[in-house]
Amino acid sequence: VKQRRFEQLYRPEWDILTRQLERLESRRGKGDMDNAGLADLPGRYRRLCHQQALARQRGYSVGLTTELDGLMLRAHRQLYTYRPPILSRLRRFLVHDFPVAVREQAAWNLISTAVFVLSSLLVFILIQQQPDMVFSVMNEDTVDQLEQMYGQGSLGSRGARTSGDDATMFGFYIMNNIGVAFRSFASGIFFGVGALFIMLFNGSYLGAAASHLTNLSFGDSFYSFVIAHGAPELTAIVLAGGCGLRLGWALVSPGRFARIEALRQAAQGALPVLYGVIVLLLAAAFIEAFWSPRDLPLAIKYGVGATLWCLLLIYLFFGGRRMPGGGR
Amino acid sequence: MIDEQLHVRTPEGADLALPLAGPMPRAAAWLVDLVIRMVAYLFMALLFALLGGVGTGLMLIGIFLLEWFYPVFFEAFWHGQTPGKRTMKIAVVHANGTPLSFNGSLVRNLLRAADFFPFAYLTGLVAMMMSTRFQRLGDMAADTLVVHINDGARPDSSLRAGPGKALPDWPLTLADRKTLAGFAERANQLTEDRRRELAHHAFPELTPMQAEQRLARLAAQMLGDQ
Repeated sequence: VKQRRFEQLYRPEWDILTRQLERLESRRGKGDMDNAGLADLPGRYRRLCHQQALARQRGYSVGLTTELDGLMLRAHRQLYTYRPPILSRLRRFLVHDFPVAVREQAAWNLISTAVFVLSSLLVFILIQQQPDMVFSVMNEDTVDQLEQMYGQGSLGSRGARTSGDDATMFGFYIMNNIGVAFRSFASGIFFGVGALFIMLFNGSYLGAAASHLTNLSFGDSFYSFVIAHGAPELTAIVLAGGCGLRLGWALVSPGRFARIEALRQAAQGALPVLYGVIVLLLAAAFIEAFWSPRDLPLAIKYGVGATLWCLLLIYLFFGGRRMPGGGR
Repeated sequence: MIDEQLHVRTPEGADLALPLAGPMPRAAAWLVDLVIRMVAYLFMALLFALLGGVGTGLMLIGIFLLEWFYPVFFEAFWHGQTPGKRTMKIAVVHANGTPLSFNGSLVRNLLRAADFFPFAYLTGLVAMMMSTRFQRLGDMAADTLVVHINDGARPDSSLRAGPGKALPDWPLTLADRKTLAGFAERANQLTEDRRRELAHHAFPELTPMQAEQRLARLAAQMLGDQ
C-alpha cells in the first residue's frame, strides 16, 4: 500500500482517536462522568500501534511516523493513568506503613540521631565549661533574641501574644521546619554529606541554645517551651536526615544493583518516611504555635511533653507490627 | 543518525517512541513557571496584607506551598505538566512511558533542592549532560523522563510534480524510500536552489532542474500521489 492510500484509509480513525484524547486531556483529571463513546479507545489504540509499526516498516515519511508516534504516546498516557483512592490509603499509611517504613531504615535513623544528639551534647558541655563559646555557634543578635524570648521570668513576655502572632508563627514553623526536612532529604544525595551537615548544624544550634539559657538560669522557661513540640519536630528532622543518608549510601555502595537503580529503590523506600515527616512537622508546628507559648504550670507542660514523647516513640517502635484488618 | 528518541516496549508489544526534551525547553518552562509563581506571590501579598498576623501566617504557608509543591501538584494532577511545561509542550512521564504518579512527582521535585545546588541548577545540568536520557538527579531517583508532547500538527506540504511517470534507476532500499519521502515532505521548507542541489545528487547526469522534476515525479509515484 502506498503512503497516500495508507493515510486516506486510516486518517478517519486517527481523527476519532485524536478527538477522544482531546476530550480526556481537557478533563483536568477529575470526574468520570460521560464515558460514553470511549469504550473503544483501547481497541483504537491497539490498531494505532499496528499501523505505526507498519508505517515504520514500510519506510513511510518521517512526518507521518512522527505524527503516529505522538498520537500513540498521548493515547498511552491516557490509557495507563492510575488514580488510586486517597483516603483509605491514608488510614493504612498512618496505622501501618509509616512506622514500618521508619523501622526499615532504622540504621540510617540511628546514625542521623547519633550525629544530632552527640553534636548537641558536645556543644552543650563545651558551653557549660566556657560560656563565651556560645558566640562561636551563633551570632550576637541571635543570642540577644534568645535571651529576650526566654528571659524576664517564666514566659512573662509571651503573655501579650495575640492569636495573630500565633498564626504568624504557625506559618513560619511550617515553612522553615518542613523546608529543613526536605533539604535534609535532597542534599543527602551528595553521598550523605548534606544530610550529615544539616544534622550537625541543627544539633549544635539546639545544644548551644539550651546550654546558654541554662547558664543564665532560664532553663525552665526554655525546656517547658520546647519539650512538647520537640517530640514530633526533632523526631521528624532526624528521620528526614535518615532518608537523606539512605539516599547517599545507595550511591556510595549500591550493592548488587546499578547505582541509578539503587538510588531509585532508596528514594522509593524513603518516601513513606518522608510523608510521615510532613505529618509530624505539621503536628509540631501546630503544637509549637498554639500550645507551647501558653502560660501554664510547669508540671503540666512537662507532663504533656513527656506523654507526647512516650506516645510517639511507642507508635514508631510498635506501630504496624500487625497488618491492619487481620493478616499477619 | 543523531537520535534523541528513547524507544520503549509497551505491554502491547508496540514500540513507543519518547522524544526526550533537553535542557533548553526545560529551562524555558522553568522560567515561565517562575514568572507565574512571582505573580502568585504578588497577589498573595496584596490579599494577605489585609489580614494582619493571620495573614502573615497564611503568606508564609503560601510561600512554602508554592516553593515546594507547585510543581508537585501540577505534575501529579495535570498529566505531568506544569503551566510552563504545557506552554513548551513537554511533559514528565515515568521511564516506561506511563503517566507520572504522585510519588514520582514528589521525589523528582524534592530533589530540585539538590539539582539547584550550588546555583541555577548547575548540578542538574551536569547530571543531564552525563545522562543518556537527559535526566537530572531528581529524574534519576524517581525514574522519570521529560519528553516532548507532539500534538500532531505537521507541515502540510508536498512536492508539486509534473505529469508523467518516472522509475528509479536503482533498486529502492528502505533507507532510500525514507529519504525520498522526507525530501517530498520537506520540499516546501527548502529553497528552490537547495532542492535542486539535493536532487542533483540523485541524478548527477541530468541538469539540476531536470533532476528536481524527475525526483519529484519519483517521490509522488512512490507515495501514491498519482
